[in-house]
Amino acid sequence: MRRKLLETLLADGRAKRSMVLATVLASGEQTLIYPWDKRGEQDDLPPGLLEAARTASRNDRSTTVETTRGEVFLRVFNPPLRLIVVGAVHIAQSLCPIAAMLGFDVTVVDPRTAFASVERFPGVNLVTEWPDQALDFLALDRRTAVVTLTHDPKLDEPALVRALASEVFYIGALGSKRTQASRLSRLREQGFDDRALARIRGPIGLDIAAQSTAEIAVSITAELVQTLRRRTPSGQSLPDPASMQATGSGRDA
Amino acid sequence: MTALNHEHVLQQAANWKNQGKAVALATVVSTWGSSPRPAGSQLAVNEDSAFVGSVSGGCVESAVVQEALAVIDDGKPRLLDFGVTNESAWEVGLACGGKIRVFVERVE
Repeated sequence: MRRKLLETLLADGRAKRSMVLATVLASGEQTLIYPWDKRGEQDDLPPGLLEAARTASRNDRSTTVETTRGEVFLRVFNPPLRLIVVGAVHIAQSLCPIAAMLGFDVTVVDPRTAFASVERFPGVNLVTEWPDQALDFLALDRRTAVVTLTHDPKLDEPALVRALASEVFYIGALGSKRTQASRLSRLREQGFDDRALARIRGPIGLDIAAQSTAEIAVSITAELVQTLRRRTPSGQSLPDPASMQATGSGRDA
Repeated sequence: MTALNHEHVLQQAANWKNQGKAVALATVVSTWGSSPRPAGSQLAVNEDSAFVGSVSGGCVESAVVQEALAVIDDGKPRLLDFGVTNESAWEVGLACGGKIRVFVERVE
């Protein structure tokens, strides 16, 4: 690997660009592909390689492919998965460091500045807009997870509406079964059907009989990882919204 | 969610280069069976045999480091195969029964 290429990988990684490093295994020859860049001096790629790089990038999975130049290894460099936590509450204080350790880029959203303070969340991205504005600004995508923790419908539900309208791979809402039932009935009145609402994991988290805030944070992060890694039966891709709904309703039934 | 790991390994490789040390990178390029680390996992090695990262969870790291030192010497990239443990090559086997292929290259 040329040193300049290594520096580019590090700099563009910090800039959160998606990249795929293609290495011809027989020779060691390397090309850095920006699979989602419209422009790009990538005309000399072997046929099919850009498509293969896009597939690898979308699936977050490095892989070896056959090309006209022989075997090529595609190493995926994607920006970290994002976790957006709505509610700068006590559980969030445990959730943020655990999620960060798992590699998530964590953002906490709460317009109540007494909660969303740097003292309570050192080193965490804090957004003190209302959740609907904040989530629009944060541009939810399929590499994002949204968790609502405020217990306050005024804050949680605008966030859930935004999450349901997006392709986020995980939506979790804190609250008891009863809270969840009344939350779902309000969202139903807003026009979401059962299939859409099945995407919301509530009560949030895997059932590990968690009691303390840190234990609840473990249960939430465990469910996040499970959703991410189980993916589709073939294990090939991040779940698309349709398959997630099917899995969600099946498991919760 | 290997972001932290790959940043760390590549950053260390760059740091060593900046310190004037010769460096090789080892990358898992394919896996079969129950290999412990997925394709893309990386290990950086410097000329003093110091290394960061992992390609197998400990089973074949020392063999990879040896090969990496050879790559640092002659600059020729290598493709290494590691398979199931057997008696003739116990020190480079994967106890889990998986197989991995590792690409080793010098940082020029």
